[in-house]
Amino acid sequence: MSGRVAGKVAFITGAARGQGRSHAIRLAQEGADIIAVDICGQLDSVPYAMSTPDDLAETVKEVEALDRRIVAIQADVRDYGTLKAALDDGVAQLERVDIVSANAGIFSFGTAEELTDEQWKDMMDVNLMGVWHTAKAAIPHLRAAGGGSIVLTSSSAGLMGMANIGHYVSAKHGVVGLMRTLALELAPDMIRVNSIHPTTVNTDMIQNSAAYELFAPDLPAGERTAEVLGPRFQALNALPIPWVEPVDISNAVLFLASDEARYITGVTLPVDAGSLVKTPG
Amino acid sequence: MRSYANNLAPHSIRVNSVHPTGVNTPMIVNDAMQEFLAQDPALSNALANALPIDVLQPVDISNAVAWLVSDDARYVTGVTLPVDAGFTNKK
Repeated sequence: MSGRVAGKVAFITGAARGQGRSHAIRLAQEGADIIAVDICGQLDSVPYAMSTPDDLAETVKEVEALDRRIVAIQADVRDYGTLKAALDDGVAQLERVDIVSANAGIFSFGTAEELTDEQWKDMMDVNLMGVWHTAKAAIPHLRAAGGGSIVLTSSSAGLMGMANIGHYVSAKHGVVGLMRTLALELAPDMIRVNSIHPTTVNTDMIQNSAAYELFAPDLPAGERTAEVLGPRFQALNALPIPWVEPVDISNAVLFLASDEARYITGVTLPVDAGSLVKTPG
Repeated sequence: MRSYANNLAPHSIRVNSVHPTGVNTPMIVNDAMQEFLAQDPALSNALANALPIDVLQPVDISNAVAWLVSDDARYVTGVTLPVDAGFTNKK
């Protein structure tokens, strides 16, 4: 098997669909076997339909079509015991873990004044504690493999403030602090830790009526289409595009996971079409 | 870099910077540098990387450049990309 991550095994959370599925496919294309977990269920505070067991089954199908092995297990990143058991099971079958993609994440919105404790807690539990759980469960396996690469999915909102999503911004900033600390703690073991900071990505997390309402509260619900919303999303970016595709984030994960980036650690890598450096106007 | 990333974004021209730690080239690996570092052990300690790697190879920087200029990074612009074995994060 040839490829940029041939012979390696990647552990991916939130792998049923969206960016996580894309990471599984892209890494498998380059020779990795996959341990995939996903909640495959709904949280009450999340205003769009979350993943299903059928979604995870589709990821399995697409990875197997590439002639790569995949172990897929339903697990909630908030529950450390279940997550660890799922990973340990995957390692028992695929023998090792070299790459970790802490990708699972949710989105909801409200001003700091409006947000409920439930929204805040769910956001912190999934988007920050879940990331820590993912790394914590994987560290012994990465050590056993003699090193590895952990990629934490943050956001452009992990490096700047954004109105209406204070809980998301807080969790994603927290991911950066966790990444920097993990990078220091794990450097002696040749385990690298970096974070990726996407701008808007073309997935179900953004392409839904709740997110559209956030970007176009002035329009009637029937007029909030992807075509109409495109220019509003594009206003966030410096490059003239409305959003990036999941594969663009996967290509950054692949680079950081590969030996091409063997000495890159402790880095915040935006894949954000220039949104962080964009000057207003 | 940040100014040009802004100015050139409308033309779909991306601009990024790479930030290496010490690389195994004549700029670092030479008698004058060795002499300078030998003056004070604290200097060498202050320049140590987080990863247990003394010095990077030129190809490590080339790999970052090659990725940034490729279509794999087609929407990456305005980014400072350290290739530094964790050096800046250690401070």
